[in-house]
Amino acid sequence: MKKEIITLAHGSGGRPTQDLIERHILPRFDSAPLKQLLDSALLECSGRLAFTTDAFVVHPIFFPGGDIGKLAVSGSINDLAAVAAEPLFLSASLILEEGLEVEELDRVLESMSRTCKEAGVALVTGDTKVVEKGAGDKLYISTSAIGVRRQIPDPQPALISPGDAILVTGPIGEHGMAVLQARESFFRNLELQSDCAPVWPLIDSLVKAGLKINAMRDPTRGGLATTLAELARESGLCLQAEEDKIPIGETVRAACDMLGLDPLYLACEGRMVIILPKKNAEKALTVLKGHPLGTQATLIGECLEKPEGVALLSTRIGGRRVLAPLSGEQLPRIC
Amino acid sequence: MLSLEPREVLSKISKMGVSASFMEVCGTHTVSIARSGLKKLLPDSVKLISGPGCPVCVTAQVDIDYAIALAHQPGVIVATFGDMVRVPGTETSLLEARASGGKVEVVYSPMDSLNLARAHPKEEVVFLAVGFETTAPLIARTVQTAKAENIPNLSFLVLHKLIPPAMRALLALKEIQLDGFILPGHVCAILGSKPFLFLKEEFHLPGVITGFEPDDILLALFMLVKQKKEDRADIEIQYRRAVRPEGNPQALKVMEEVFEPQEANWRGLGIIPESGLALRHPYWDFDARRRFPLKIMGSREYPACGCGEVLRGVISPQECPLFGRVCTPDSPVGPCMVSSEGSCAAAYHYEEHP
Amino acid sequence: MCLGIPVKIVEIKDQEALVEVGGLKQTIRTDFVPEAQVGDYVIVHAGFAISVLEEEEARETLELLKDADVIP
Repeated sequence: MKKEIITLAHGSGGRPTQDLIERHILPRFDSAPLKQLLDSALLECSGRLAFTTDAFVVHPIFFPGGDIGKLAVSGSINDLAAVAAEPLFLSASLILEEGLEVEELDRVLESMSRTCKEAGVALVTGDTKVVEKGAGDKLYISTSAIGVRRQIPDPQPALISPGDAILVTGPIGEHGMAVLQARESFFRNLELQSDCAPVWPLIDSLVKAGLKINAMRDPTRGGLATTLAELARESGLCLQAEEDKIPIGETVRAACDMLGLDPLYLACEGRMVIILPKKNAEKALTVLKGHPLGTQATLIGECLEKPEGVALLSTRIGGRRVLAPLSGEQLPRIC
Repeated sequence: MLSLEPREVLSKISKMGVSASFMEVCGTHTVSIARSGLKKLLPDSVKLISGPGCPVCVTAQVDIDYAIALAHQPGVIVATFGDMVRVPGTETSLLEARASGGKVEVVYSPMDSLNLARAHPKEEVVFLAVGFETTAPLIARTVQTAKAENIPNLSFLVLHKLIPPAMRALLALKEIQLDGFILPGHVCAILGSKPFLFLKEEFHLPGVITGFEPDDILLALFMLVKQKKEDRADIEIQYRRAVRPEGNPQALKVMEEVFEPQEANWRGLGIIPESGLALRHPYWDFDARRRFPLKIMGSREYPACGCGEVLRGVISPQECPLFGRVCTPDSPVGPCMVSSEGSCAAAYHYEEHP
Repeated sequence: MCLGIPVKIVEIKDQEALVEVGGLKQTIRTDFVPEAQVGDYVIVHAGFAISVLEEEEARETLELLKDADVIP
């Protein structure tokens, strides 16, 4: 049987577009505002809101442990989670490249639907456009999300105080390495899944436990090192992590050694760096570890007054060094 | 792996009360030292100086420009280790060449260039053969395979450099006071220890062939300090788990079959006789310079770029007037700031600076 | 200048070996280590094994440290 593919007609706004929406998109999402198909979704919500937007262009669109759909939904939810906002509504714009197999689109949509359910968020509005073959890379997705802020005061770098503990919710670098392998096939075999996941349910458990969080950030592009460097700069404090304590799986470590990459700079898509008062750290770890997304949560360091605005790593041999933000993409090297 | 108590080794080093400066001539050592924060743990009297140990950094500007010019040739795919991609030439870099339509492929192994050539039979693949003695045998084997399998659209831009002649040239300049060398473990896995005996014989300097874990380097420093204390100048092997005194005879044989020594142009050190490699006559068909005789005009280093002095250990990266001001990893002026194992990049990334 | 990491050989065929380290499998060339056997650890640089590891020798190096105490 011939494979059905996306053509420019699917973006024309006419019957093929309607068919795409009605047959492939709507049945997958249990969302009344979406099914109304109005020009805008009609919503009810009030209170202290958070709103975020993000674009996803990952290549390849499928990788072990996830795909661009799961990533696009998780990405916006995680940005809300980083300010302790419970995600309510999601929008998604799909930019399809002519020639994309409809079966691939279906798999991505299925994955978006599943991820929305996991995180308890409703896809309420969306758009689909088609670009000519060669003008895109199969499928790009842009998502925006609205959430309700669940902690007062809102977590933010300005609240970080000297003595605060730094936690990370799981092993780092698994998304970055899984995607690199899917793209470049550097290894014959890499038993590794992306950590890509919506982390709100995990953060929610912390918020519900009433443990005051001073700041959070999801260590996506640029990895843990860049995230710590940013939080240090924005808070004007020193964030010091201990090399020995940072959770890194043995596969990520081995692959990094082989390619000459630093795991501290590999992206995570289902982890959160959490900074909170030291007195809450133990309790927070217990709560996190009790949730399937946080079983390997770890205390990795603490916040100090000085040196100001710098992230440091204390090394295994007792030295210390700076964690600078990533400059440029990491490339495999031999030296 | 070793299991040492680093503090114990450090205290033994301190107790010997020796004042000395040691040079590492391997970028992987430079990075390991910087990443572990080792320098600041040492007593003030023991100094570490980085030498010409990064093959990308010591590549002359005109050679980098040649590689970039190749990437701009229609129908040419440049295959390279990731190390070379961001290195600035006179005008641009391979990364920028790729952004403006040039074809640049990052490979993990030189053998990947064979597959690349097979997959693109209508295009010419040029592999950028950079690296020291550790890497040269691998390239040699790849050249032999390309010849044996008659792959017509693959050639090699040979920029290999040899470590012992560069060390000799550096010492002959007498610009810096050194008390010994942390010798490159993987170069020595190929070469063995013999090619470094001149340190002892001509310069009365000790050398310790060293592995790459911070523990290895600590132990090697201990061995060097001990030699200094006992006024010895021996070439010792700390990295015994991987290095035999005779090196790797199979690798040496293949390197010898394919390459012959020739003079090479080093950034910072200039032209040094017999410090580089060239393809031997039977392999000339695979020489990219013969296949693409491009004229490179107007190659020049950025004025005031201190990479040369940094590579000779005359100044530390922070002493370069451009360091952290004009020259940063995001907008590098010289290769030492861009190569992941360049000493300026290591200093910028890992050391505290105002 | 030369990254090399220890990996374990799980299969050898002609001049290629399948190696394993931490859930990662890779094919490498063994041209330069004809003596390597399945089960050996080798140092890999850019897809080639350049040396067979001998753990015994590392311990010998540690002995050096013990001698250090005799120095005043």
